[in-house]
Parts: sequence; structure tokens; C-alpha cells
Amino acid sequence: MSEQKLPTSPVRTPETDMFWDAANEKRLLLKRCNGTGKAFHPPRTISPFTGSADTEWVEASGKGTIYSLSVTKRKGTEHAIVYVELPEGPIILSALTDCDFDAAAIGQSVKVAFVPSENGQLVPMFTPDA
Amino acid sequence: MSLKNKAYIVGAYEHPTRDATDIPLAQLHAEVAAGALADAGLTIADVDGYFCGGDVAGWEAPGVGPFSIVEYLGLNLRHLDTTESWGSAYINHVAHAVQAIEAGKCRVALITQAGRPRAERSSPEEDHQGQKQSGFETPFELPYNMVVTNMYGMVAARHMYEHGTTPEQLAWIKVAASHHAQHNPNAVLPKVVTVEDVVNSPIVSTPLRRLDCCIISDGGGAMVIVHPDVAKSLNRPMITPTGAGYTVKHLNGGYFDILASGGVKTGAEAFAQAGVTPKDIQYASIYDSFTITVMVQLENLGFCAPGEGGKFVSDGNLISGVGKLPVNTDGGGLCSNHPGNRGGMTKMIEAIRQLRGEAHPKVQVPDCGLALVHGTGGQLGARHGSATVILERV
Repeated sequence: MSEQKLPTSPVRTPETDMFWDAANEKRLLLKRCNGTGKAFHPPRTISPFTGSADTEWVEASGKGTIYSLSVTKRKGTEHAIVYVELPEGPIILSALTDCDFDAAAIGQSVKVAFVPSENGQLVPMFTPDA
Repeated sequence: MSLKNKAYIVGAYEHPTRDATDIPLAQLHAEVAAGALADAGLTIADVDGYFCGGDVAGWEAPGVGPFSIVEYLGLNLRHLDTTESWGSAYINHVAHAVQAIEAGKCRVALITQAGRPRAERSSPEEDHQGQKQSGFETPFELPYNMVVTNMYGMVAARHMYEHGTTPEQLAWIKVAASHHAQHNPNAVLPKVVTVEDVVNSPIVSTPLRRLDCCIISDGGGAMVIVHPDVAKSLNRPMITPTGAGYTVKHLNGGYFDILASGGVKTGAEAFAQAGVTPKDIQYASIYDSFTITVMVQLENLGFCAPGEGGKFVSDGNLISGVGKLPVNTDGGGLCSNHPGNRGGMTKMIEAIRQLRGEAHPKVQVPDCGLALVHGTGGQLGARHGSATVILERV
């Protein structure tokens, strides 16, 4: 298996510090809109459904299903970009880690795994849920 | 209310180059402007409205980049519209130009597009990875080092999963483009390819292969749209936009259908405004960054039912003279030209050629009177601008 490139480190903002702090504790957070009860991602203070700031952080189960998948191999590196559908509702963009990318498939159950980025900040990826 | 006869497209020009190493960006814009104005029988002094996207001064635009090109062109304006929407900008500009003319803001509207990614040796991947994390979503996307082809590959993978679409069916879209490109002396890839050629080409990002991708080229194009009074003074074919739609498709907090592009909304709006249906369309220019882009947009616009795109594009159905819906008869971005990694302008220009009867005789649709142009700008599998225009020869 060829190398997986280290993730670029995310830039934090006051709106997302909680998300990245939780990621460093290997917890996946989502924002929930209290007006609709729907969890959403990427996180933001203002709900995209109501325009209201009545939103709160909730911890996701970390489980999900691959909604779609695209693997790129070149220049000795490889990566597998995925959309993962979470049981909490939203489909989120991520990548697979620590598995055979060629064996991954849409519909497969996955669980979150945290991977260090260039500056050490952990970012959420997914790996098959055996 | 229909846009019919509120304004006319009287000038169009596609730059013949595909490698602009010796032509700076502003000069490319000026050359296509001159070409379209000459085609209309007008001069730069007649232009009082100018429309451009973000390609006028590289990555500095929109910003104040447009001021620079307005000065280079020597324009004396009453109206400026710099609405950026990546490659779909120019299709959207057509509707904006009609609105501006109808509102009395201008009488002669010039729209230019140009780019030189080959000359600059720029890579869509590096441009993507090099972007600042200024959008709220970018810190949640860039860390994964995705490339543009992943964001289209995921659309294709989902289409295959939901509908059983095959790589061979996708390949037919490239095959059709190559059949058209063989008649275009300026096409980057003028050689006819087969389904086998496409499915045997190397994987770029699963499930897309090299020949599922468009080419990278330099060049550009321009259009001139005028008030009816001006059009009557020119002895040019009368082509009028009759319907238009524009939207931005996005990920909606994580609740989206990756197979529903903005075309679902913009197609319905354009058809309703024009008072026609997909069955009435004689020729379609459909943005073709990748084969899957065409398939999804054909479904979304209503040319076939959702999931039926694989069958619809097969067996040469998009080839002029062979199939029911001739698409991209210049060879499109897949084989001819994709200047500045943007497709909307060349899509408009080939539709105008068809409506004028000026397409290559081998691909000309007989008595073509009604055409559709549709494009997306951005990423099909994530957020993108989407624009549709329906055009009629009167």
C-alpha cells in the first residue's frame, strides 16, 4: 500500500474551536438546530435551516455508512475521499484511513478514526466497522 | 414571462488557439471581444455594458480585476456586471444582459471569457489545495487532500450504485464528443475514440478514467447581446434567449442528493419561462467537465428520467445525425476546448452556430431553431453555480 498524505491542518475559528478540541479527545461533534431538531455539518453558530442561533453541540455516535467514494492513486500516494451518512442525519465529507481502499464500497458500515494532521491537530476520518 | 424578443445575440466568437503561451490574459479577452464585435458588425465604441466572470485577471478577480480589463479594452460603460460563477457565469450573464437591456441600463452588452491554464502550467488540483481556508467549510474539506476528480468521481460512483450505470455507458459521452471533434480543426483531441478506448484508459479517480475527463486548454470566447432596435440595424441572424434559470446548489447542512445538481431547478425554471419542453429542443450544449457531468445534467434537465441517463447516452444518441439529441457538436470540453477550465462560453457559442446554421456541415442539425445551453461551475459533487438558457432563432 502506498503512502497516505498527511492531512492539511484545519484553520480554527471561534465558531469551530469546540469541534477541534473534541476531535483532539477523539470525539466527533455535530451542531444541532433546536428549531428543527436536525443535526448538521460543517458546524456553524447560525442554523442553515432556520437562520437562528438556537443551536447546540451534540456528540455523534461515530458510526456511519459510506454514501459515496472515490479513490485516487498517484505519485506514490493514495487517498479515498468519502461522503459518510451518519445515523444522526447529515452526510459529511471525510476520508478513509487504515484499510484497503480497493475493498471499500458504498453502503459499507464505517466508524470514525482520528488522524493527526500536519500540526498534530486530529481530524476525523473513517475506517471499516468490523 | 418569456424573455423572447427582449434582446438578441448578434455576435459570437471563439478564439482558435488552444495554447496561448504568447498571448497574455488581457490580450486574450481583447481578441475575443474584437472577434465577437466584428461578427456583430459593431465596434468597441458601441459597447455600453460589459459582463465578465472571475477570469479577467487571474485569481484577483472578481475584486477590482474587472476595472483593469475595462481599462485595457477602452470601454466607456454605463453598466458593469462581474457576477462570478466559475464556468456557468457566461450562461448566467446572458440572462443578466437581457435584464439590463430591458431595464434600459445598456444597449450593447459584451461578455468575454478567457483563460490560459496550459500556458501557466496551473493544475486544478494545486489551485484547489492552495486555496485559503476562508470559507466556513474549507477546514472540514481541505484536510482530506481531495482533488477535483474525487468530487466528480463520487457522483459517478453513486450513480453506478443507485442505477447500475456502467463505465461503458459513461464512455459513450466521450465517444460522441470525439465523433463531433473529428470535424473541428481546432479541437485538441480530433481523433475518434471507441468505448473500449475509454474504459481501457487509466483510472484517474475511481470510477473515472483519463478519457472520462475534459482536456485542459487556453483560449476563450465572447458574445454580443443587443437591444432589439440595435439588432434591427444589423444584418445578422436573430437569436433570442426565451427562458433562463440560475441557482447555487450546496450541501444544505449535510442533507443533499449528490445526483441532483442545480440543473433540476434551473432547467425547470428555464423551460417554464420559455414555454417549451425538453422534447422540443433540437440541440443541447451541456457542460462536460467529465462524462458524468453530462449524464447527470441530462437527467436533471428532464431529457430523460432520473437513473435513465446510462441508457439515454448509449449507442450514439448524442451524436449529430445518429441520435435523438445532438450534444456539444464542436467536440465540447471533452475533446475540443475548455478554456481556463471553464465551459460556459464555448457552450453558448456552439449553440449560436447551430441556430445560425453555421456549425460544421457534418454536425449541423437541420433547420435548428431551438437550443438549450446548460452549465455548472464549481463542483458537481458539492457546491456549484448552475445556469440554463433556452435560445430561439426568430
